[in-house]
Amino acid sequence: MGNKLAVTGNQAVAEAMRQINPDVCAAYPITPQTEIMQRFSSFVADGKVETELVTVESEHSAMSACIGASAAGGRVMTATSSQGLALMWEMLYIASGMRLPIVMPLVNRALSAPINIHGDHSDGMGARDSGWIQLYSENAQEAYDNLIQAVRIAEHEEVRLPATVCMDGFIISHSIESMEFLPDDAVRDFIGEFKPLHPLLDVDNPVTYGPLVLPNYYMEFKRAQHEAIGAAKEVTLEVAREFERISGRSYGLFEDYRLDDAELALVLLNSAAGTAKDVVDAYREKGLKVGLLKPRLFRPFPYDEVADALSAAKVIAVLDRADSFGGFGPMYMEIASAMMTKGLRPLMINKIYGLGGRDFMPEHAGAVIEELRETLDTGRVKVPKEYIGVRE
Amino acid sequence: MPQVFRRPDSLKEAPFRYCPGCGHSIVHRLIAECIDELGVRERTIGIAPVGCAVFAYDYFNFDVIECAHGRPPAVATALKRLMPDRLVFSYQGDGDLASIGLAEIIHAANRGENLSVIFINNATYGMTGGQMAPTTLEGQKTSTTPQGRDPSLHGHPLRVAEIMATLEGVSFVARTAVDGVRGVKECRRLIRRSFECQLSGKGFSMVEVLSPCPTDWGMTPVESLRWISNRMRSTFRTGIMKDRGVDDWRRG
Repeated sequence: MGNKLAVTGNQAVAEAMRQINPDVCAAYPITPQTEIMQRFSSFVADGKVETELVTVESEHSAMSACIGASAAGGRVMTATSSQGLALMWEMLYIASGMRLPIVMPLVNRALSAPINIHGDHSDGMGARDSGWIQLYSENAQEAYDNLIQAVRIAEHEEVRLPATVCMDGFIISHSIESMEFLPDDAVRDFIGEFKPLHPLLDVDNPVTYGPLVLPNYYMEFKRAQHEAIGAAKEVTLEVAREFERISGRSYGLFEDYRLDDAELALVLLNSAAGTAKDVVDAYREKGLKVGLLKPRLFRPFPYDEVADALSAAKVIAVLDRADSFGGFGPMYMEIASAMMTKGLRPLMINKIYGLGGRDFMPEHAGAVIEELRETLDTGRVKVPKEYIGVRE
Repeated sequence: MPQVFRRPDSLKEAPFRYCPGCGHSIVHRLIAECIDELGVRERTIGIAPVGCAVFAYDYFNFDVIECAHGRPPAVATALKRLMPDRLVFSYQGDGDLASIGLAEIIHAANRGENLSVIFINNATYGMTGGQMAPTTLEGQKTSTTPQGRDPSLHGHPLRVAEIMATLEGVSFVARTAVDGVRGVKECRRLIRRSFECQLSGKGFSMVEVLSPCPTDWGMTPVESLRWISNRMRSTFRTGIMKDRGVDDWRRG
């Protein structure tokens, strides 16, 4: 087995990128992602990778460079956060529409205005509909493991779509924690050699990427994309099974924590799930049937499996670290869709927490569980959507 | 005893929190002094960048708007067109102006928008921790060019003031350096000239300031001033590149 070290989340991700050794990387700094590409630049300079590093002038150009390199036939990566992802938005759709398996760590950070550099999920949720596969990570270990698996998922022949691996800005990207690395050759063997499909550099077999497609065929392209991202669900599980064999760490579409008989359930992403699990344990000791679901694969969203995992729940609180202003939080909408589609009708509440890096404390999770208990007793939702940990 | 030195009214009672030896504090103060001298504090709107000077509004004692990275010239254009009696200036670094926002600055200048731009060139991306900027010198080591900037891979240092001087819409453009008393005094004169250019309705003006970043350059403050004098000034020639003159704006 690999090597246990204390590292920051960014360092863990940069190490994964070194082991992946992509053909091309575009680099443009943005807090809190900067450390990833900076460390990676040192790997390039020290000859530890064979990557062509392109220092571009904006994130829009970073993703454009990735699109060019990926269509040319290379294994391609970059990394970003927040405004960087927002500036890439136009190119995100082009990457997925051209079916280019670019892999990108996203260090989640709040969006302007007001400007804020700390962690929330507004950036990732804003790219929800862009056709990218999205994996979320609770800690440095998961970010590292997810990034390596993302290469396989994105490049799978039935998928061939770009993928992003999210972790919380600062809370994970800049905190040091202990984690286990795989040996370099294990990662190399696991991801295998990149197999380009229809590369532009294959000049004997010329192709066109992204041609003008009008109403006559556009919808068929999108239908194919829908099919491809749907396939990513099975592929994610298949890749996870293989990954477990080399790492001993098991992954699914989500983590279900003490959910089996849970009448009360919490749903939340990333680092805050770690905090909430301790609180779930404390309430379990008091005899309360409470559990937690932490989605990992957010796009494609595993509706069926999530609904099955939550099927015992009579009351569910979905905690969103992003808001869809004027609507429910984005994760709430997914969970509601999942339950509804299966004909399940639990009482559901939505809490918006931790925006712009506001701390999510155990007492916040405790208060939500208390409210769930009350909702179960009264059979009535007091407030469907509410901000918590906020000054009124 | 007569008072010979005081905080300009255009600066708040806030200590600068920039790194020791950083050029931002000097240039902030020079801007504030010029605005005081011109008596336009009540009608000045500054634009804070993304970068270390994102905190400009903590120091300037007049209205400031924060823009997305690279977009100040577009926001400044709208502000000035809607409120032509205001003094509108953007304060931008080389990441903001010369990299992500190059299109905006060129087009604002080319349209001859009646704006002032203070462009801080420290040859690096300061706030994110010293990555290569378009203005990074040949051979200069940064965290993304640890073996030095190689023009064949990373391009050449971008000389923004010279590019601006070729644009019809530009009335005044100059480059200076805050690497010593002479440079600081010259910088003050040029900033004032840029503001006067705007106040007399002459159109677009820009002052590029070669400014120290001791933290990211890995130098002491004194070494970094010498590095500007000895290295930066040979890549980035200082002086006035274009000046179409100013009128006495107070008379109108």
